[in-house]
Amino acid sequence: MIAIVDYGVGNLFSLASSFSHVGCDALVTGDEKIIKSADKIILPGVGAFPDAIKKLKENDLDKVIIEEVKKGKPLLGICLGMQMLFTKSYEFGVSSGLDLISGEIKEIKPLIGNNKVPHIGWNSLDFQSDSKLFKYIKNGDYVYFVHSYSAQNVNSGVTATTFYGSPLTASVEKDNVYGTQFHPEKSGKVGLDILKAFTEI
Amino acid sequence: MLAKRIIPCLDVRDGRVVKGMNFEGIRDVNDPVELADFYSSSGADELVFYDITASNENRKLFTDVLKGVAKKVFIPLTVGGGVNTLADFERVLTAGADKVSVNSGAIKNPNLIYEGAKRYGSQCVMLSMDVKRVDGKFTVFSNGGRINTGLDMVEFAKKGEELGAGEICLNSIDTDGVKKGFDIEMLETLSSAVNIPIIASGGAGCAQDFVTLFKKLPKVDAGLGASIFHFKEVAISDLKKLLKENGIEVRL
Repeated sequence: MIAIVDYGVGNLFSLASSFSHVGCDALVTGDEKIIKSADKIILPGVGAFPDAIKKLKENDLDKVIIEEVKKGKPLLGICLGMQMLFTKSYEFGVSSGLDLISGEIKEIKPLIGNNKVPHIGWNSLDFQSDSKLFKYIKNGDYVYFVHSYSAQNVNSGVTATTFYGSPLTASVEKDNVYGTQFHPEKSGKVGLDILKAFTEI
Repeated sequence: MLAKRIIPCLDVRDGRVVKGMNFEGIRDVNDPVELADFYSSSGADELVFYDITASNENRKLFTDVLKGVAKKVFIPLTVGGGVNTLADFERVLTAGADKVSVNSGAIKNPNLIYEGAKRYGSQCVMLSMDVKRVDGKFTVFSNGGRINTGLDMVEFAKKGEELGAGEICLNSIDTDGVKKGFDIEMLETLSSAVNIPIIASGGAGCAQDFVTLFKKLPKVDAGLGASIFHFKEVAISDLKKLLKENGIEVRL
């Protein structure tokens, strides 16, 4: 069973539906016991970083997630959930993330030239290294992005970038920690294939 | 590279798609779930649903439809029609919508854009504008294009952007239904005034109209169509191939 961590931000209906579509049992939950008993964890997220990380910490879910990851449980952060895997964010002031992967969340604006903010729509993946998430997809496949901030100064672990004025971090992998800046649950068949690959890790 | 988006628009009344006829390959063309699934598998990048239900009790039917679609279709879903309050945002978002389109509700109360963006993020708020030439000026109309608000298109769009709208869907009443192409002049005026994504709507009569749109106006991000797709005059997969052949970035 996969636990989709519910900490009170965003609508998790599509995400839960996408897992059942790929034949995997997923539960939307904020219950520590269920998260601990799950085989894998999904950390979703929409909205702004400070509010999300605050809500996650309010229920000590940050500690639960870190503990489970240290035991080797696979974790997938999606969109803002991916951003929270990093060291810190500069969105509305500085706040600390889970620091499972080293790097910073900063505005994309200085990186993208005349392109519009937010980066919204379908963009293609440029693979940077192998990832277990890419088992069923190919380099150049399109996925759906919606974001104004991105992971920057990431020393290692970037598995794919996407080009929007310059290469932006699209996905990361470090040991049993995975993240996608894009929304696999909104990326059609390619996205479902990524989720399927995650369930098979 | 960011791809240009092709977006079919479905009008839903009392839980059924209006205008959905002449389809082969699907059993019930008036079933929103079946039609949405069909469009998604033929390459639609996003879907827009307009709730044109008149009575409140049938709003429930619409949210049920939405839930059915969100269970089966995994591309972004935008919902509009009758969105006047934050409670309306909540109602459609919890049923599976990713974005909410505001139109007359935002004309009556522009702060609805700000409140929606503040609570759900700018990416969630699509400002939809019905615009028509009145004495040579691009003028905003409300209530499905029936009421002249006297508002200037560019001024209202800029205000919407400032208040936090994440995208603008511009529907030209002048070209809507004429099927002779998008309103390039109106779209050009808007795209040089705002810096958020623009979705062009109204006037698509053939695949070439989308090529012309994106060639002439590189700043336009997406093209929306209703009857052109519903009546199968143009298949989305063929349209995207044509765009690609013309050097326009699309998701194939």
